[in-house]
Amino acid sequence: MSIVIRSAGEPDGPMSTTRRIRSALGPTARENRRELEKRHPTIFAGSRLGRATTAAVVVGLLGLLVFALWRLEFSFARIGAGLGQLVHFLTLMVPPSAGTWARLWLFLHSLGETVAIALLGTLAAAVLAFPFGFLAAKNVVAQRVLHFFTRRFLDTIRGVDTLIWALIWINVVGLGPFAGILAIMSSDFGAFGKLFSEAIEAVDRKPIEGIASTGGSRLAEIRFAILPQILPVIAGQVLYYIESNTRSATIIGIVGAGGIGMYLSEAIRTLEWQQVSLLVLMILVTVAVIDQISSRIRFAVIGERRIET
Amino acid sequence: MPTTLPRLPDDRLRPLTEAYASAVRASRLRFLLGLVVFAVVLVVAARFAEVDLVKMANRIGAIGDYVGRLAVFDSGDFVGRPVIVAPGEWMWGLSHWAKLIGDTLLIAYAGTLLGAVAAFFLSFMAARNLGRHPMVRIGVKRLLEFCRTVPELVFALIFVIAFGLGPLPGVLALAIHTAGALGKMFSEVVENIDMKPVEGTTATGGSWWQTVRFAVVPQVAANFASYALLRFEINVRGASVMGFVGAGGIGQDLIEAIRKFYYADVSAILVLIILTVMVIDLATERLRHHLTATEARA
Repeated sequence: MSIVIRSAGEPDGPMSTTRRIRSALGPTARENRRELEKRHPTIFAGSRLGRATTAAVVVGLLGLLVFALWRLEFSFARIGAGLGQLVHFLTLMVPPSAGTWARLWLFLHSLGETVAIALLGTLAAAVLAFPFGFLAAKNVVAQRVLHFFTRRFLDTIRGVDTLIWALIWINVVGLGPFAGILAIMSSDFGAFGKLFSEAIEAVDRKPIEGIASTGGSRLAEIRFAILPQILPVIAGQVLYYIESNTRSATIIGIVGAGGIGMYLSEAIRTLEWQQVSLLVLMILVTVAVIDQISSRIRFAVIGERRIET
Repeated sequence: MPTTLPRLPDDRLRPLTEAYASAVRASRLRFLLGLVVFAVVLVVAARFAEVDLVKMANRIGAIGDYVGRLAVFDSGDFVGRPVIVAPGEWMWGLSHWAKLIGDTLLIAYAGTLLGAVAAFFLSFMAARNLGRHPMVRIGVKRLLEFCRTVPELVFALIFVIAFGLGPLPGVLALAIHTAGALGKMFSEVVENIDMKPVEGTTATGGSWWQTVRFAVVPQVAANFASYALLRFEINVRGASVMGFVGAGGIGQDLIEAIRKFYYADVSAILVLIILTVMVIDLATERLRHHLTATEARA
């Protein structure tokens, strides 16, 4: 014990202190391990039931994994061959290049399109989901049935992936970025409806009671008591989604709904690896930039608070 | 007990309203300025994304039309009648689709588990408070960032070419993306632990791995499992579209049905996917509540 106290006060930094303690105490503790075990048998043995449960869970998880890999036709030969191919592709990827300037211009334009899709899709979803958030909130609409059906409706929409929405919208409005906006809008509409209703349910009752006590109408309660409380939360969530939708928007082009995904999938399918690496780099940089901008705005709007998503 | 509040006489009301107006003026101005900037960004974005409101207005009816077509048979004995009248006919491929949905779930499961295991080991190296070398930490952080920023479908596209068609590239793509996403969350959990057990094991001479095993893992295990379950939920959705690029699961049949305009099949597969996602959501939510309850007890 005395070693710890003495060396903790020394000025040469915590890292070297811990290292010294480790080298000084380690051997002593290991020498006496058997004796320690004898003295505190319960601590060393742990609980038998807990261990059995852990073992059972691990065996179950691994068993299911083995079954999954067998069912999905995993084979080490195939993985080995594939890895060899991947390394080969990687060597072909450097240096990243678009080939021609005209192509680079096309890439940049479609990158702008991607960001625009993410922005407009997210905003449209937020605007659409706003009223539904109120409908699905228990403390605004005290109607059990309406509340239940709104929630299930939102769940249904949320269950369909963005890419599926993109395919459906392409059938409706044709190929192009507009279908992408609608796809992002549809899949986020469900998510926003749920998040907004949760934000509304978490508001403080007191301002509502205050408005009611001065004779305010139901609408005035929403405008002056609920809105000021939820707007910062909602703004934070929308900004976060713009950020994550920039990532989703890069892939909807794969099915033809606009953005950089079209060029990316084309480059991969035609094995233009230098273009692939350039496109991936462009996506990485864009996402990082959007990330920075949106977290700046977020902190300005709501302060450094964690966002529940 | 209804009461009416008396309305104040005008001369007493005026100073109050004026005070209110001057108090909100500054914030209103700032709000308006923000709105103008926002409108400009919106217009530029709309130009970029070729938003055409006229076309939208013309096509708005097509949405209802499309949904309507999804709900009726387009061929066979029941052509033109709602799909509900003959569920057996509507779900004619049920056994085939159920098998594919099972595959989709297995892809999501294998991808989540493999990714979570990778994230588990990497997260301790990326955490700021466990004293790994800064170079290692930053390297691992960048790697995780790369894995989660590149969409899983892009990985899938590349892997399909490297490994061939089938569920294998789908699993690998999901695993890599999951490792990136979970690695970040895991390392944040590790950064928020109570450091006293860590000091305790270090003080008794434990190695770095022993410290992780006996001081860190017991604190974070429940949280890790909860995040992994959440990821599984997300990955089920992700796996449902892996088939779009030939990486296994139900997506292959769905994209075919959509592209070939087999409306009744589209709706049948969509209903199956939505039901599966709902069941998985409910089940994982139960499990996560259970986990947080055990964590609270511990």
